[in-house]
Amino acid sequence: MTSPEAPYGRGAFGNPRAVAGLAARIDEAARSLGRPATFMEVCGTHTNAIAAAGLRRLLPRSIRLIAGPGCPVCVTPVGYVDRAEALARRPGIIVCTFGDMLRVPSSTGSLERVRAEGGDVRVVYSPRDAVDMARQNPSRRVVFLGVGFETTVPTVAAALDEAEATAVSNFLILSGHKVMPPPLRALASDPEVAVDGLLCPGHVSVITGWRAFAFLPEDYGLAAVVVGFTPTDVMRGVLDLVRQMAEGRPEVVNLYSRVVTADGNTRAKALVERYFTPEDQIWRGFGAIPASGLGLRPEFAHRDASLIEVDVCDPVEPEGCRCGEVLKGSINPPECPLFGRECTHESPVGACMVSSEGTCAAWYRHERFSQGGAP
Amino acid sequence: MCLAVPMRLIKRDGDAGILDLDGVQREVSLALLPDAQVGEYLLVHAGYAIGTLDEEEAKITLQLLKEVADHSEARHDFS
Ligand code: SF4
Repeated sequence: MTSPEAPYGRGAFGNPRAVAGLAARIDEAARSLGRPATFMEVCGTHTNAIAAAGLRRLLPRSIRLIAGPGCPVCVTPVGYVDRAEALARRPGIIVCTFGDMLRVPSSTGSLERVRAEGGDVRVVYSPRDAVDMARQNPSRRVVFLGVGFETTVPTVAAALDEAEATAVSNFLILSGHKVMPPPLRALASDPEVAVDGLLCPGHVSVITGWRAFAFLPEDYGLAAVVVGFTPTDVMRGVLDLVRQMAEGRPEVVNLYSRVVTADGNTRAKALVERYFTPEDQIWRGFGAIPASGLGLRPEFAHRDASLIEVDVCDPVEPEGCRCGEVLKGSINPPECPLFGRECTHESPVGACMVSSEGTCAAWYRHERFSQGGAP
Repeated sequence: MCLAVPMRLIKRDGDAGILDLDGVQREVSLALLPDAQVGEYLLVHAGYAIGTLDEEEAKITLQLLKEVADHSEARHDFS
């Protein structure tokens, strides 16, 4: 297993002096703030970058960084995986998925187990590969598991567009797509969570543009920054959040401007709009959130695998797993009694440990010896 | 899963782009980024280019990905 030391400190872009300098400035700013602050990141890649670089240890005690619902696989509810499994068991269907979904626990097993039992589950790198698969298997239906946030949905829309344009009629989607603003609104209005500011997801913002997060300061008075993924990016973001709080002027500051614009990728957004429409979705830990997902528009019902009737029982969450609370930022992974004992990266119990972007996985890999999480 | 990898566009034919990362070439769709220019660094996610970035940013990100990959025993798939 990996050691808990910070990898970025060694490389050219860890820029340890810049990170240390930023830590000192954050310390100073936090003192003048005179009260503790809690910031949430909502991107699995940020969660990993923060854990891997050991940034929490560099911040003053009064600044708390917590992870929110930033891992698409982790927020996907058990019921979705159950349905995917039921589809994969049908002889006429091939299920295509990103690799991260394979080991996610369903009510009774996982897609990996279904595959071992003879179900046809194939890992693809891109939704385009699933369209190719459909072309090569004209007598079967190919169902792509649409799991992901705003970053990923346009790629699925583009694959649908290709399937429509080239008349590949046996390419279908099981849409579990989700969009970030509704759960962030839910968190912002949840008194139990008490977040002061957000590190907005960088690659979601490439598509949506930073303006998509303007509701955070405008409707909830929360500080917000869009940041990239280096330790200096994250630390600059934290410093700016503290500054916004101190000045009492919350706004969205874009510190990732070399990649993120105000309006994002308009072509991608238009394509998503063409194929998808907002729908209610269930998020692990949150339950159903209105208009938090993207389902296929009725005119593309012929591509909607959620309309295929299958037998599924009531979903059962893995026993004892507290992923739901981890995803809302109300507990850190070591507070789960299974963390590092029954639940490890080698033998995961819940989705937050399975996914490489999950918060439990990030803590297990990088922070279990430093934050009271040692088993 | 929202990870995106910078690659340089070295050739294009309509929506089909050939992108290069450290000498490894891959076919990537430009359907979401129709104005991409040969020579530019593009952010690639799940087989599609989704954004453009400047060279310096691309190099920083690539170095970071390498360090993360080395460190986490390459468990990440960079989709
Ligand atoms: S440590 Fe394992 S069991 Fe506990 S919340 Fe995380 S994934 Fe679930």
